[in-house]
Amino acid sequence: MSNYDAIVIGAGHNGLTNAAYLAKAGLNVVVLEKNEYIGGAAVSRELHEGWKYSNCSYVCSMMRQALHRDLDLGRHGLLLVPYLGTINFGDGDERLFSYHDEQAAHLELKRHSPHDADAMHRFQSDLTRYSQLIRKTLLRTPPDPTSLRPRDIMEFLYLAKQFWKLGEKEIYEYVRFFTMSAADFLDDYFENDLIKAAMASPGIIGTALGVYSPGSSYILLHHVMGDVDGSIGAWGLARGGMGAISAALAGAAQEHGAEIRTNAGVQQVLVKNGKAVGVVLENGDEVYARIVVSNLDAKRTFTRIMEKNDLPDGIYEKARNFKIRGSSGKVNIALSGMPKFSGVPENRYINRGGQGFTGSMETMERAYDCWKRGRWSDDPFVESVIPSAWDPTVAPPGQHWMSNFVQYCPPELADGPWTPEKRDQFGQTVIDKIERYSPGFSDLIVHMEVRTPHEIEQEIGLTEGNIFQGELTIDQLFFNRPFPGYGQYRMPVRNLYMCGSSTHPGGGVSSACGANAAREILIDLRRPNTVPEDDFYDE
Amino acid sequence: MKFDHTHFRQALLRTPFHDRFVELSTTEEWMAWNTYKVPRVVDKLPTEYFAVRSGCAVMDLTPMEKYRISGRGARDYLDRLVTRDISKLKAGRVTYVVWCNDEGKVIDDGTVFQLGENDYRLCAQHHQFDWLLMSARGFDVDIQVETHDVAALAVQGPTSWSVLAAAGISNLEQLKPFGIADLRCGDIPVTVSRTGYTGDLGYELWMDPANALQVWDAIFSVQGQYDIHAMGLSALEMVRIEAGFIMPGFDFNTAEATIRNGYDRSPFEVGLGWVVNLDKGHFTGRKALLAEKSRPAKRRLTKIVVDGNKPVGEAFIYDGKNGKQTGEIKCATWSPILKANLALADIEFINGRLPAQLWARIDYQRELKWHSAWAECHSHSKPFYVPEYRSATPPMRY
Ligand SMILES: Cc1cc2nc3c(=O)[nH]c(=O)nc-3n(C[C@H](O)[C@H](O)[C@H](O)COP(=O)(O)OP(=O)(O)OC[C@H]3O[C@@H](n4cnc5c(N)ncnc54)[C@H](O)[C@@H]3O)c2cc1C
Repeated sequence: MSNYDAIVIGAGHNGLTNAAYLAKAGLNVVVLEKNEYIGGAAVSRELHEGWKYSNCSYVCSMMRQALHRDLDLGRHGLLLVPYLGTINFGDGDERLFSYHDEQAAHLELKRHSPHDADAMHRFQSDLTRYSQLIRKTLLRTPPDPTSLRPRDIMEFLYLAKQFWKLGEKEIYEYVRFFTMSAADFLDDYFENDLIKAAMASPGIIGTALGVYSPGSSYILLHHVMGDVDGSIGAWGLARGGMGAISAALAGAAQEHGAEIRTNAGVQQVLVKNGKAVGVVLENGDEVYARIVVSNLDAKRTFTRIMEKNDLPDGIYEKARNFKIRGSSGKVNIALSGMPKFSGVPENRYINRGGQGFTGSMETMERAYDCWKRGRWSDDPFVESVIPSAWDPTVAPPGQHWMSNFVQYCPPELADGPWTPEKRDQFGQTVIDKIERYSPGFSDLIVHMEVRTPHEIEQEIGLTEGNIFQGELTIDQLFFNRPFPGYGQYRMPVRNLYMCGSSTHPGGGVSSACGANAAREILIDLRRPNTVPEDDFYDE
Repeated sequence: MKFDHTHFRQALLRTPFHDRFVELSTTEEWMAWNTYKVPRVVDKLPTEYFAVRSGCAVMDLTPMEKYRISGRGARDYLDRLVTRDISKLKAGRVTYVVWCNDEGKVIDDGTVFQLGENDYRLCAQHHQFDWLLMSARGFDVDIQVETHDVAALAVQGPTSWSVLAAAGISNLEQLKPFGIADLRCGDIPVTVSRTGYTGDLGYELWMDPANALQVWDAIFSVQGQYDIHAMGLSALEMVRIEAGFIMPGFDFNTAEATIRNGYDRSPFEVGLGWVVNLDKGHFTGRKALLAEKSRPAKRRLTKIVVDGNKPVGEAFIYDGKNGKQTGEIKCATWSPILKANLALADIEFINGRLPAQLWARIDYQRELKWHSAWAECHSHSKPFYVPEYRSATPPMRY
């Protein structure tokens, strides 16, 4: 038996962030991770010798740069570079290349639609404007709308002020944004199918909504509000894969004195007299602490590692009904060479980045239809990146690895449980799709890892394989995340907190949930705050 | 113009005149202008500047965004689009315009060329197709992008008419300022307008890109008689400030590109009240501009002369020496002809008026060492430099 100030259950990137900030405040912290590796969905693993996959998340943009700087993640080995040069493949022969250079990018759009080339400027300014307010909230605790505590009132006033600063017109736009579909939003700007598809893809990533479903336009915003060094909407690759982020966070946490234990799955949270006092591990060991922080999603926390009796009435039901539908698969492929794509000229600026294999919003919606019927999409949405094009640490020289994010893939199939055979068939569907645009692609395959929501849940414990630890719709956002009344990281049992993506601001590798939770915990423990304020670009 | 995706081999397009600039360029100082590669300086900045003010300078205008607007509703459409009354514009005439969004903030400025009945060309600083099409709903108009299909050359300076005449473009002497004429250069058709961005005598030549080099060569063939210089955008920046012309997107943020609330500007605020006609009937932004007009002015993009000769770059403006910050310089140049520092500054008004005193805090370098100095500024209501000969018809012959 051992005694700590704080136990963090789960070494996902948010758990690690939380531990780092608690330890930085001088607390004695232990992180308990069920897997033999850390990182949760921000992980890099060598499953085939010489290749290191980012097994789940693969690109980074939401990571709060203030935390990056404050925890000195650069010194702990983190290097984030923007990735450039995505190709979007049309359903037919069309190709849309995204050039980094503004002028070349404009000409490329003009090639498809002179109108859309011009409209892109309006689109980008509008998105940037909308993302400003969301960015303001990322490293802050949502105020409780029912509370009269000065802190909540001050926070509401702060938000009202930020809102007001946007200008009155934006207030209408905002409400629209949270409720409309990505497709409707894009129709306001663009006419070209391929351009729309390219712009729509962030609107469906990770969600169990379709591009025509109300709410998907917020998903789009969620994916473009980040930045790489001030370039809003840009995404970056972590050298060494996404695991490098977790490794750097772990380095920072350990430097501040936190202890990280792997192969230490938590069986149950121990509650005495209505207070969390510690945990029992799967091996029977007990660990005690003043507070317990769960990095698990809300559904898992309250339905798997808590005793129903320990919960106030209604919480179990809230957790059970928490919307956490999985929709995404991931296919990681080791390749003996760089794939060649048809209709793509030899060009060092565009062959090295990402690929979007969905030519229209129509195709996206058809893919969604399959999911609704409990099947994986027969013509899936596939978003790919080849990080080895620039990262020398993830594949042997001259060889490559390709990350393929796939939708839609249901957590449960209509025709019975997932089996390894079905999983491989799903993988084959993805290869077939890529092969359509890259004849000979299959011959390059050295190894692959196919993950359906089933594998994602089994390995990382993301319930139903939902990548955000819970759907990002307005009913589950901000002060309603994870549940109404529990938007401030404190959970219904005293001394129990949550710090994972199930809390505000939600999914994605941002470290924000973990840092926000730390701030709240430190208030309760009457410790000085260690969490910095965010950086902004609006002033 | 059709694009294929080999355009990546050259990130920037070449204008039809590009080869000639390459031959003349000694500096190799190029820059991007609206997806084209153009010279910043061709040979020597002072030479290019003085060519405009004393002889003849030739500048590539092809990258300018050009839209062809035609159809029975074209006039009504344009009248709705822009703040100025263009109902009296006649075929063969050009007018300067500005257009706004519903909030009365400037989207861009440009020139409308009435080429014929129901046939207009709109030249703009920035990409406007999206806005032009959105504004076209309900109008019987056809709008085409012709940026890449029309080559354009500015020929500016006191000898520009003499040069063009010598180069074989006849019948130009009666062309009045803001007039357009369909003429020939030898046997090549060129449309010539007496327009420009320099404040000097000058013409703009519009032609089929296929004929561009022949026209260029015809002009430069008279170089033995007249001193003619190819000119880059740096010299243009100097002369346009002297002439008091503004540049949307540089001197102020255009409405569509504005992200931060309050960073966009109305025509009044950028000193373009004179192109706003609130009596002409409805146009986009009118309501907001009417309301704005009834309130005391908040700010104005103001022409100022900054005392002394310290190089004015980016600087704040104060309402007194060591006073309160009240504005900022948006663009500035040393004027070799006036021997003065000229600038456009965005200045906040006090009680609807320009502050009584304006001072600039200038940070400048001498031999890499930074210095800081106060300089008093004097507002100017007229363009800084307007040579009288510029509007004479026929122009002075050299
Ligand atoms: C396939 C996929 C692709 C994605 N792509 C991106 C992307 O490109 N960019 C991006 O920003 N985001 C992406 N995401 C989302 C992002 O990765 C997640 O939102 C984020 O990593 C979640 O971090 P977390 O720390 O909140 O939780 P998690 O990473 O879920 O961490 C929870 C941790 O708890 C551990 N755990 C579970 N149960 C127990 C237990 N009983 N006892 C002890 N430990 C336990 C888990 O093993 C895990 O380590 C993706 C996610 C997935 C799944």
